[in-house]
Amino acid sequence: MVPTSYFLVLSAVLFGLGVIAFIFKRNILTIFMSIELMLNAVNLAFVSFSRLLGQLQGQVFVFFVIVVAAAEAAVGLAIIILIHRNRGTLNVENVDSLKD
Amino acid sequence: MITAQMAIFLILAAVTVAGALSLILQRHPIHSALSLIVVMVALAGLYLLQGAEFVAAVQIIVYAGAIMVLFIFVIMLLNAGEEERTNVSRLARFVGVPLAVAFLAEVAYWVGRATSQLGSAPQETVSTRDLSTLLFREFVFPFELTSFLILIALLGALVLARREESD
Repeated sequence: MVPTSYFLVLSAVLFGLGVIAFIFKRNILTIFMSIELMLNAVNLAFVSFSRLLGQLQGQVFVFFVIVVAAAEAAVGLAIIILIHRNRGTLNVENVDSLKD
Repeated sequence: MITAQMAIFLILAAVTVAGALSLILQRHPIHSALSLIVVMVALAGLYLLQGAEFVAAVQIIVYAGAIMVLFIFVIMLLNAGEEERTNVSRLARFVGVPLAVAFLAEVAYWVGRATSQLGSAPQETVSTRDLSTLLFREFVFPFELTSFLILIALLGALVLARREESD
């Protein structure tokens, strides 16, 4: 029997790795994938708590998180395609025309 | 004596963390995307270990099978190359990376300490019938809203990525 805290520590480690990837990487696609990694870590925490408390609401919420992640990925990737079409770069350091 | 469940958990957790590290350390975004698929499949295995069959199936079919394929299509479409070696400041490399690792270790330690008394849950497989009863009775309104949300996202992505037609 695996204790619940093991799953939660794994979820926290994955979320932290997603945050680190979000901060350190420069390619916009990799930054987007780190967002998906963070969402997956949160899903693991939801399923772990749902199992611990014996309620199913956690898994229903995981279902909704996956659906919202799909919608967000579709629109976000369309925006990335537009950025590449208009700027020619995928480097977030070059997309800074709103900076002073 | 490690039980079979603990052994499976340790193997899947190691694969997950290795995939996440590979996502950070790889330079080409296609390698990062494939590492993320490895993470998602290992997470589906962890959901199966906890008895969540429907979530594991949805994770593989929708997340790893549709969303990540969309990512890979966009990476191939945009012909994303390797990240070029820019002049990252010495401060970022020699202070930032150890601080990030320290942040990670501290978060893991405090989460572990705060939840160590929770114990383990009884091993039971969640039936899809119970999950769907909950989804279509109590959560029917958010369910319809998410179908609307997918429609909006579909239309938005179509309109955004469409090429301008010159008449």
